[in-house]
Amino acid sequence: MVELSGNLLYVAFICYLVATTFFGGSIKAKKDGKKIEGPNKWATIAIIITVVGFVAQLGYFITRWIAAGHAPVSNLFEFTTFFGMCLVGAFILIYYIYKTPWLGVFTLPVAILIIAYASMFPRDISPLIPALQSDWLHIHVTTAALGQAILSISFAAGIIYLVKAVDQTTSSKRTFWLEMIMYSIVSVISFIIITTGFAAVNYSAEFNYIDKKGAAAVYEYQIPALIGPHEGELVTEGKFEPFIETPAIIDSKKLNTVIWSLLSGLILYWVLRLLLRKRIAASLHPLVKNINLDLVDEISYRSVLIGFPVFTLGALVFAMIWAQIAWTRFWGWDPKEVWALITWLFYAAFLHLRLSKGWHGEKSAWLAIIGFFIIMFNLIVVNLVIAGLHSYAGS
Amino acid sequence: MNEVKCECGHVNPHGTVLCESCGKILEETEIDKKLVDMRYEGSARRSQTYNKTIIDKIWNFFSSVKVGVWLIVITLLSSIFGTILPQVMYIPQNIPALEHYETEYGWFGKLYYQLGFHDLYSSWWYLLLIASIGVSLVICSLDRVIPLYRALSKQRVSRHEGFLKRQRIYGVSDLPESEEDFATIHNKLKSKRYKIREEEGDILAEKNRFSRWGPYVNHVGLIIFLLGGMLRFVPGMYVDQTLWIREGETKAIPETDDQYYLKNNQFIVELYDKEKDGEVFEQALDRAGGVVKTYQANVTLYEKKGDTVPGEEPELEKVKDAEIRVNEPLKVNGLALYQVDYKLNELHEMSFALQNKETGEEFGDVTVDLSNPDKLYDLGDGYSVEVKSYFPDFEFNAEGEPATKSRVPNNPAFVFEMKSPNKPEGEVSFVAIQETIEPLGDNEYKMAFKGVETKNVSGLTVRKDMTLWILGLGGLIFMIGVVQGAYWNHRRIWIRRIDGKVWIAGHTNKNWHGLKRELEGIFDGTGIDVPKDQLEEEARKG
Amino acid sequence: MKKRRLVIRTVILVILAAAVGYTLYANLTKDTIKKVEIGKTAPDFALVDMNGEKHKLSDYRGQGVFLNFWATWCKPCEREMPYIEKSYQEFKDKGVKVLSVDVGESDVAVNNFINKHKLSFPVMIDKDTQVQTAYGIDPLPITFLINKDGEVIRSHVGQLTQATVNQFMEEIQP
Repeated sequence: MVELSGNLLYVAFICYLVATTFFGGSIKAKKDGKKIEGPNKWATIAIIITVVGFVAQLGYFITRWIAAGHAPVSNLFEFTTFFGMCLVGAFILIYYIYKTPWLGVFTLPVAILIIAYASMFPRDISPLIPALQSDWLHIHVTTAALGQAILSISFAAGIIYLVKAVDQTTSSKRTFWLEMIMYSIVSVISFIIITTGFAAVNYSAEFNYIDKKGAAAVYEYQIPALIGPHEGELVTEGKFEPFIETPAIIDSKKLNTVIWSLLSGLILYWVLRLLLRKRIAASLHPLVKNINLDLVDEISYRSVLIGFPVFTLGALVFAMIWAQIAWTRFWGWDPKEVWALITWLFYAAFLHLRLSKGWHGEKSAWLAIIGFFIIMFNLIVVNLVIAGLHSYAGS
Repeated sequence: MNEVKCECGHVNPHGTVLCESCGKILEETEIDKKLVDMRYEGSARRSQTYNKTIIDKIWNFFSSVKVGVWLIVITLLSSIFGTILPQVMYIPQNIPALEHYETEYGWFGKLYYQLGFHDLYSSWWYLLLIASIGVSLVICSLDRVIPLYRALSKQRVSRHEGFLKRQRIYGVSDLPESEEDFATIHNKLKSKRYKIREEEGDILAEKNRFSRWGPYVNHVGLIIFLLGGMLRFVPGMYVDQTLWIREGETKAIPETDDQYYLKNNQFIVELYDKEKDGEVFEQALDRAGGVVKTYQANVTLYEKKGDTVPGEEPELEKVKDAEIRVNEPLKVNGLALYQVDYKLNELHEMSFALQNKETGEEFGDVTVDLSNPDKLYDLGDGYSVEVKSYFPDFEFNAEGEPATKSRVPNNPAFVFEMKSPNKPEGEVSFVAIQETIEPLGDNEYKMAFKGVETKNVSGLTVRKDMTLWILGLGGLIFMIGVVQGAYWNHRRIWIRRIDGKVWIAGHTNKNWHGLKRELEGIFDGTGIDVPKDQLEEEARKG
Repeated sequence: MKKRRLVIRTVILVILAAAVGYTLYANLTKDTIKKVEIGKTAPDFALVDMNGEKHKLSDYRGQGVFLNFWATWCKPCEREMPYIEKSYQEFKDKGVKVLSVDVGESDVAVNNFINKHKLSFPVMIDKDTQVQTAYGIDPLPITFLINKDGEVIRSHVGQLTQATVNQFMEEIQP
């Protein structure tokens, strides 16, 4: 059952990749400057493949649930893949309302990246600790993930808006920041490549070091150590020696991974720039040339409007109910709860700012990007870096 | 005062922009605008019109959306600071906070503490922010909802031409060939669930007006929620205590006025077993080295009978047996007892044997109750052990003397005086875990460690929260309001026959795309043209 | 019309301000809310001292009671013991009673402490923490001054000086 589950996930993954190319194709098919209106044959094939992939991923979800005996949303890998699945689901929903193939070209890759990122983390099916043994696990986590996924559609729409609207003929603050977004995405890709690459050659280096409590401990590095642990001593022979050592209080292994991702992301980014001969956003420009900006803005706004109640319900209301039952207090100001509140406040501000016409269009697009960043911060940094009741098992 | 009477006959409050009834433009400045601002139906948003006294100024300040957004943003940003380092309730509770932050995080931790960030969410300024949001919610809602309600109730079917032509969706069409087309439109509107009002051949089709109240409903929900939060401070509404109770102990439950007692019969921790619980978990269990499956306290609840005061032995009557697990609290008298924490294998009893160091011969066993050791253990035949000093949680204090940190037997240490027939004056031995010191020179005898018995301790939280239902109510109303406002759109279509033409205008508070599609569906196939989106036309020309 | 609006707005703002003010005030004082309120009757309790004699608080109506909570690991508690002993000698014939409650340590430790400091007043051990729960004890040392009518007239957290102990005992002297 576990194997079947894993295979279904691979199938879904491949489907999304293929669907993306078909969606891309459906845009190219209208290169003659006609306004993009409604689907064509390419788009129809693409959406069917997307739906097939989605069903496959649903299959992965159900089979894994059966195998584990509980809803598979209890660790970082499971939650993030579920989030990716909701993103695809949300996209399918929006597609059927607005019939917009170009949205697929940007949303599906985000979903793919999220699933790939999730796969870098331990995939074992683990049993539930006492605090998680409740129906509320299913209810809170799934609704929160769904809410976040719907909100994230606004991110995809926001990128599309900016790629089209930002003037690429000159350098400006806008082009810089748009490229920063591209660079972040590239860094995620390179993180996945690096981690997969070193895992494929079974790289492993052990360090003895002194942890922050002054006790001796052992670290196992899965990628070469640029940054080493506090007073670390390389045990495995022949492996990379670190350049710098960190103070005991910093988790050197995680910092090492982050630095690897950022550096390799930088390299990958510049390689792309060299190959494309222009900014990444600029090279994406032709894809979005004929898209109606008003429609993009509308979709971005609509996804926030639809997603906000779901997010509130899942991430705040259900969370508070469950916290009261399991931890005796419905709100404890732990980092994850606070960042959920920050996300909620941010999108509330977004919705209020939309009351003023001046905030429609490009300003909304930038806000949508920031909102997604906050969601990702909650997913990645709060889970892995900031310890707390809510941390998942990390890398 | 200064009410405005419109030419249609309706009397509007001072400051109204569009007549509540017919929509005619009443403010001079608005006449030149291509489109009217329909956000509040052109009603007199009270705060915009009166600005005389200081009361008005304060009112207007809190009524502003801009101020509201700023409050939200500032709250958002300041909340971030509380996540940089753990808040005070998440650090170990047995050392002073400043000490913890300084030793763990250095100068940064010290600064964090001094700025008050370690308890950010209870700080006066954070509370003031939240309170200001609450005030803003009340005032901005009152300020808008009342005029909006008036305007939407008083609107008439036949709107002024000036109003219609300044709507975003607007079109003028020739009269259709036959009256039947009007009937078709009427039916199409009905099938799309519009409520239709007709007056002298003019039509107002409206649906989902209730959705306009959504924002105000959710604001009410938030206000109730904040009220609930505020009520926590009222004494008696909220209780938060901890109760640590060892296996075998019976203790009074805090906050029950000494009425209820709890006995811990047994505390169980169960780990997942690869064989029993599923092979599928094997990898994860190996990686984690053991995952807790469940921990629970098997307890007995007692009620006190009689009138003893604290300190006296109470007379207890059993009420019931219960199991307290995570996610399954025990409810007593409005209080809830939650299984929150535990300590396994706390030392309970230690046994020693009085032993001759050279011969190894033992002269009796001494079993010490670590919560209250006896002073003297008489082993007979002239052998005895006296407990000169006892330190349940041993450390060397600042003066280098043996002392205890607390009364919990985490690290017991003893000063024993051993008396034997050939050493009747006694020998002194200092015994701690894995350490024996003979301060007065070499001894003939020693206390040999024989064994230890442990007990588990269960950590329960005693919680009473009478504000929960208010918070729940607030949350529920909020959700209703947010769903109400987000998932439906208020749409109106006006159809008037003026001078042999058909004037059509349409408005929605959001989702113009959807309204336009719906209009196409309504007017397609009739002799009447679909009205155009004036903004789109502008954009196309420009 | 204008007047009415002014009145309504003022009333609403005043209510809101009061709610906010209350919240801030309550938050400020929440850590200082004690189980035992000054001016109210002290919670009754009964404990047996190290000599086997039972002491019930309410039996001491008509006398002032100096109620002190301590532990052997609490350095400030230890430092103030000699002062309490000295003042006790002075005031015990003036109708002031000292009741000293250890928070639940072993007999051995408490007796050693008494002998070390040569304490003559009654010392009791609150073994199952009932009395501490009733009095809401958290930081140590803490001293409650109870007058002859059984009311708490003051409570003090932290180490006392000789002068303060004397002053306190004077306050509860009947």
